[in-house]
Amino acid sequence: MIYLESLKGKIIVGGTARGIILFTTQPINFLSSVDHMTGRITDKNHELSGRFLKDSILIFPYSVGSSVGAYSIFELKSNGVSPSGIICTLKTDITTASGCAIANIPLLELCKDQVIPEIENPSEGLMDANSGYLQIKKV
Amino acid sequence: MDLSREEEDALDGKNGSTISTAYKILLSIGKATNAEKLIPIEWVHLSGVNYNTIGDAGAEFLSKYSEEARFVVPTTINPMGYDSHKPNNLSSHFKNQQVKIAKAYEKMGSMPSFSCIPYELFQLPESGHSVSFAESNAAVMANSVFGLRTNKESSLSALASAITGKSPYSDLRINSVREPKIKINIDKELETELDYGILGYFSGKSVNESCVSFGSEISNIDMYKTKSLAAALGTSGACGMFSSKDTHDETISFGKEEERSIIDELNTTDSGDVIALGSPQLGMYELEQLSNLIGDKKFSKKCMIFCARPVYEKSCKSGIAKILENAGANIICDACTCLSPLLSREEYDGVITNSVKAAHYLNKSNGVSVCLKDLKSIISDYTSK
Repeated sequence: MIYLESLKGKIIVGGTARGIILFTTQPINFLSSVDHMTGRITDKNHELSGRFLKDSILIFPYSVGSSVGAYSIFELKSNGVSPSGIICTLKTDITTASGCAIANIPLLELCKDQVIPEIENPSEGLMDANSGYLQIKKV
Repeated sequence: MDLSREEEDALDGKNGSTISTAYKILLSIGKATNAEKLIPIEWVHLSGVNYNTIGDAGAEFLSKYSEEARFVVPTTINPMGYDSHKPNNLSSHFKNQQVKIAKAYEKMGSMPSFSCIPYELFQLPESGHSVSFAESNAAVMANSVFGLRTNKESSLSALASAITGKSPYSDLRINSVREPKIKINIDKELETELDYGILGYFSGKSVNESCVSFGSEISNIDMYKTKSLAAALGTSGACGMFSSKDTHDETISFGKEEERSIIDELNTTDSGDVIALGSPQLGMYELEQLSNLIGDKKFSKKCMIFCARPVYEKSCKSGIAKILENAGANIICDACTCLSPLLSREEYDGVITNSVKAAHYLNKSNGVSVCLKDLKSIISDYTSK
């Protein structure tokens, strides 16, 4: 299968990851909006409500709220239900960066000149956070 | 980010794996915030103490990490899950894990503060100095009220700063970022601490920048309103500072409609079976206000008041604690309304509170409905002679 789209990002935490893309334009509070045992997004007001983070490539603007969200990311990873890789589209907040660093989750910040294409569901992402690229294909 | 030779060596593990892990965290947040270098910080306030929030993964991590790690700057810590001086019906598993977390922090060298309001309890460094504060309300208060310089740190980034004594020189540690470039125009009367909480929650949601202006409207508000504003701002957003300095670069309006949208989101029931006050924990000023409102009246519902232990001890001496306890309130130390397992869905259908921060976490994390009212209304609706 050919990867149709490629996006460039700044490397925050290196590594490689592959997974179904979960895309949202809404920030996430990792402490209060995610079930840490299952990785399900529980906040009824969130557009990803009911979706699971497990094995995904999460593309979202940045995280908000509790400083404990960093532990939440670590706990998701420890419970085997975290995203495989994460991309921040607007800015990389300290909570997401430190959580990914300790949990070894590859993390990129989308470069300012990159335009996110229309992402059809389901699409797969192949992330190389060592060279700073995300490739996207429809599955 | 440029690292010195010593910092590179520490990152590479020459000083052991715990210090290397701390530098790995600092490197990631340095890259994330476009820092040029690391700078020394003089105080750390840590979140990530309550077992209810960090879970088994966090407890195990800290327990292992504390075998080697030691703090090199004064470090205070956030509330835990309960008050160990009072009876509760929490499971022994919960209590054992909570004790394990508290011991790990103690072993690393923290002060046993168990408070989210270090700014009311300790002689912090003077205005203009750099610190590293996790706990969103404390970070916003430190920047906005006390003139300290901190980014909106995470539990783990602040932990890394406590181990190394350093933080990236970036974001709110830089003068130009502390100048607001966006203003919330307040188009309605704000009277109570709840009104300011709602303003803060709306603003956090609406602003991407690190610093927001509210204009001169907020320059003379009291401590209760200020804490309410700071805590709500830190809960809903990524913004780590507010200012009364005017800016005309960009403005967002906050009026009746905006207020209504926040109330609709957070006020999820018309009544409740328990009153919970204190998120952030109450200080002396708020306890005094509360006792003046109560006088010799009694609560008609169960009431929990969360405050810092030194504040409680002081209020015992001044007689304020007695007024509150005579009214039927249960004063709880070392814990906080938000995310306390003492306010569980199993035990309560609805919680009455004036804290917007508490309302967010009670609704979304504890799964308990919330009735939002300001303090005066709570006292007039739920106390009698």
